[in-house]
Amino acid sequence: MTISIRSVEKTFGRYPALNGVSLEIADGELLALLGPSGSGKTTLLRVIAGLEFPEKGQILYGDQDMTYTSAAARRVGFVFQQYALFRHMTVAKNVAFGLDVRKGQAKPSKSEITARVDELLKLVELGELGKRYPAQLSGGQRQRVALARALAVNPSVLLLDEPFGALDATVRKSLRKELRRIHDATGVTTIFVTHDQEEALELADRVAILNKGAIEQVGAPHEVHDNPVGAFVCGFVGESNRFEGAVKGGRFQSADIALPAPGVTDGAAVAFVRPHELVVAPADQSNLNIVTERIAPQGAVVRVDGATASGQRIEAAFARQNAGDLQPGAKLSLAADRSYVFSA
Amino acid sequence: MSRLRHPTEDPVWAKVVILTLVGLFLVCVLILPLITVFFEATRKGLPAALEAIQNEDARAAIKLTLITAAITVPFNVVFGLCASWAIAKYEFPLKPFLITLIDLPFSVSPVVAGLIYVLVFGAQGWFGPWLLDHDIKIIFAVPGIVLATIFVTFPFVARELIPLMQEQGVDEEEAAVSMGASGLRTFWSVTAPNVRWGLLYGVLLCNARAMGEFGAVSVVSGHIRGLTNTMPLHVEILYNEYDFVGAFAVAALLCLLAIVTLVLKALLELVQPQSRPGRH
Repeated sequence: MTISIRSVEKTFGRYPALNGVSLEIADGELLALLGPSGSGKTTLLRVIAGLEFPEKGQILYGDQDMTYTSAAARRVGFVFQQYALFRHMTVAKNVAFGLDVRKGQAKPSKSEITARVDELLKLVELGELGKRYPAQLSGGQRQRVALARALAVNPSVLLLDEPFGALDATVRKSLRKELRRIHDATGVTTIFVTHDQEEALELADRVAILNKGAIEQVGAPHEVHDNPVGAFVCGFVGESNRFEGAVKGGRFQSADIALPAPGVTDGAAVAFVRPHELVVAPADQSNLNIVTERIAPQGAVVRVDGATASGQRIEAAFARQNAGDLQPGAKLSLAADRSYVFSA
Repeated sequence: MSRLRHPTEDPVWAKVVILTLVGLFLVCVLILPLITVFFEATRKGLPAALEAIQNEDARAAIKLTLITAAITVPFNVVFGLCASWAIAKYEFPLKPFLITLIDLPFSVSPVVAGLIYVLVFGAQGWFGPWLLDHDIKIIFAVPGIVLATIFVTFPFVARELIPLMQEQGVDEEEAAVSMGASGLRTFWSVTAPNVRWGLLYGVLLCNARAMGEFGAVSVVSGHIRGLTNTMPLHVEILYNEYDFVGAFAVAALLCLLAIVTLVLKALLELVQPQSRPGRH
């Protein structure tokens, strides 16, 4: 099911949560809504689900206007941040709930429901746990139950609010792969909210980046990372060193660094250089001189923390084999392979 | 070498002193009086005590007490559910005011509560003449007793449910609705099971207070024997008439009700953790 969001506006009291958001989600797509807290991403998800209603704009499922249709009538699968499992029901009962509450003709027979529950529990690899209660499960298992429960109604769209937020790092990583697998197996249009860019970039087909209730950029993970459209996206997605300075005649200049800035209008500007795009350079070709403070080998890379003469913190990351024999306290000449400059 | 102690663990002498103090208070203030009640009730033998709670007036008082509780408790369950639902799940102005208002009966003397009803519904009260014209008796009759009891007991259920519902939030209800459940279905399948233990606990406390209430009921009852006497009022009348065996026999019955309530409450607390295994 394609989902179209058209100029949606929503305020809480006097605080605008969504400021004219428009977004198209293709059928079968896995889309991430990425943004810092307070960016409106959860509100957008809840508006899509029908748990909140916008003041202006439209929500379309396919070509059907759903803007003011109740959540109950939209047939969405919603996975809550804290899972919101029914604590007094077994796992199987939880998963069956969406089918159990149907009335008359629409309600499947008992055996159909049991079969569907078994199938879903198998899909999320919880086949044996149907008789347990939520409190007897680990965080990762609860998450899987929540997912199975949301999928039980054959939702037209699956919505997940910070699905991995409450889990520890290892479980989070494996569940991420799991969600991708389940998405590919069911083909259901899926939208998830996250503040974790790594999660968004790894999992999603496309990422929509929100800031202050508006969408800054929508694109494939590598697009938003490699070609950010503005300072916010550049600073938010991926790691970066940020420099404040000014552009004059196509050159960016700050206290510490000079960078090319073709096509950027003259005036105050910010520049970003990603740590892994800094390279060690001979003194005559370098444009950034730092004194190293901490050298931390991490797997295949060596991370270097340092500071410039003006006190600006710099982070760099070199491939292990290119790092040579770095020592804390040493002077290091660096050059930026690539940089991003935006008018401030 | 001295035994290693946990930093927050008290020395032995302190534990002994504290426990002894608590024990002494409990014995003097609670256990001795309770024993006295049963002792005095059976001073002239068990048959005399049984006779005292079986005579006509005593039976009328027991019946009235049961009727009052039977009206008060369901009323407070409905009120408690509505109030706690509204407070926990909705945002509206004057919410803190409503919460404070629910606590009012805890802070107001029951006698004042009774007087309020006399002032409103009594012969000289606001609605007195109108009620008199229409031959409706509230004060010095059963409706007044029920009203006063409801006033005194209405925080019990609501107070139990409000924190419970607030802690649970609306996530589970939203989940149910998003899966297509109707409002009523959501309430019965999700909300009610989640609060059932708190509700039962509130009902028990409410019932105990409804049966034992003296002050407010005393003001509105008129103490008409066999008609408007509840058990606590009956105890007072018998005592004032120097019928000690009768007074203590009825009092013993009230104590038994209280003990049954406490036992049920303790049982509830035992059962609860298994049926509702913690938060998730």
